[in-house]
Amino acid sequence: MPTDSAETLHQSTNARPPAPAKLQLVGIGKEFHTKRASTHALSDIHLTISDGEFVSLIGRSGCGKTTLLRMLAGLLSPTTGQIMVEGRSLWNGAKVDSSVVSQLGVVFQEANLFPWYSVADNISLPLRLRGLDGRQRRERAYELAELVGLKGFEKSYPRELSGGMRQRVAIARALSIRPKLLLMDEPFGALDALTRERMNIELQRIALATKATVVFVTHDITEAVFLGDRVVHLTPRPGRIRRITSVGFERPRGIDVQTEPEFGAIVRDLRHALDEEE
Amino acid sequence: MTRERSRRLLPWLSTALILLAFFVAWDVFVRVTGVSELVLPPPLTVAESLVTVVTDPLTWQHAQVTAIETIGGFLIALVSGVAVGVVLGKVAWIERGLRPLIVASQVVPKVALIPLFVIWFGFGMTSKVVMSAMLAFFPIMLNVQLGVRSVEAGQREVMRSLNASRWQTFRHLELKSTMPYVFAGMEVGIVFAIIGTIVGEYLGGSEGLGYLVVRTLNELNAPALFAVIILLSVLGLLLYFAVHGLKRFFIPWHESVYGLQDGNR
Repeated sequence: MPTDSAETLHQSTNARPPAPAKLQLVGIGKEFHTKRASTHALSDIHLTISDGEFVSLIGRSGCGKTTLLRMLAGLLSPTTGQIMVEGRSLWNGAKVDSSVVSQLGVVFQEANLFPWYSVADNISLPLRLRGLDGRQRRERAYELAELVGLKGFEKSYPRELSGGMRQRVAIARALSIRPKLLLMDEPFGALDALTRERMNIELQRIALATKATVVFVTHDITEAVFLGDRVVHLTPRPGRIRRITSVGFERPRGIDVQTEPEFGAIVRDLRHALDEEE
Repeated sequence: MTRERSRRLLPWLSTALILLAFFVAWDVFVRVTGVSELVLPPPLTVAESLVTVVTDPLTWQHAQVTAIETIGGFLIALVSGVAVGVVLGKVAWIERGLRPLIVASQVVPKVALIPLFVIWFGFGMTSKVVMSAMLAFFPIMLNVQLGVRSVEAGQREVMRSLNASRWQTFRHLELKSTMPYVFAGMEVGIVFAIIGTIVGEYLGGSEGLGYLVVRTLNELNAPALFAVIILLSVLGLLLYFAVHGLKRFFIPWHESVYGLQDGNR
């Protein structure tokens, strides 16, 4: 049967045959049309991400990486192509399948917490929208607060937290629904370098503890290589995948991995590739 | 701890001292200049008069009338201001269409309309309620309109990415983030409502503290005039603090509230 053979063909090209595809991007393209001009933001993106994998998306600003993530998050419809989450299509034309969206967790560059809710209530807001009762929400919120290192801050309000702590709350909120896929759009972009480094270590721990599959958008090369099993390099106008680099180090990685020659070589290659653009 | 405490006591202490200095200066001024009691009575005379005025049960009837007119007008302004503000904030084309009229009606000195209201609604309470509602309406409506539009795009995205329904987005996001604007409008609105009521009472009718002001003026009873003005100020303060108390109760998370409490800012 034709479908079966397509399946097997695909499996054989997959780098990790045993793991089923968590996320598949098939020929994704995006065009923006305004009165004056139309922009070809993304073109012909093919990518398969397997279960438990951590994929970094990197590129210069304007390469369409945020656009791509917004499409994955169900916030923006692709012009062409298919996005499949565990084999189910996220978009039907311009309409998003809300049952697929409900399996995603999204973390934005800004924490976007609700200042009128406590940390625990912010974390469990997604559960509240799903109608879970107060006791269940509380339990899960406290469990997650501990996971992201905010034990003891459950009753605090966002205004009492530092930038890094707010972003932890945002991560916990995204994890509350046990998402099949965690999408992160430069989540640490607004943090200072030291906090960012610590958050990167924490994120690895959290990702492994929850066995999360993560798509992580960043413009920081070191961060991309440090976190990712694979680093996807996007080039702009139109956004295309230029190269996919595998990072061989076992996760979780300690900060010392950054001094390894191989790590340095990967970073250097990526930097050269990025510098070549324009 | 002691610093915290002294910080909390400071406004009370400073207010008391400034008032005391004010009364002393007033008293000294009257004694030194020998100004007529018809123009500026000394503070003690005013105090005596205040006692007389306060112990007169008729005064309380007048105060009650003023309070009812103000609160009535304010509540009408609150309901209509929130309703109109939400519509104008949400539906851009209606706002665009009405903008010239709204700007024009803001610029019109509304107090000038009171004689008209007296013609239309009589000398009773209605004309005053209408006036105070009209004055309080605009700050509330404009603030709500601003608030509805000021919902953060990022927080909207969060709700969208969580698959929230319209109702859920309203309940957990739009309503909550508009509340500070509603209260900001209410704080201005209640002050405007009192102004509307008093000016209304000045110009027509035979009830209310505003009427009492006019009557004591006609009697050339300056100490009583002062006393009534003090009563009016107290009424204004009480109403303002009532609104402020509601705000502290409903939006303790907002910086306009916790900033006051902690003295952070």
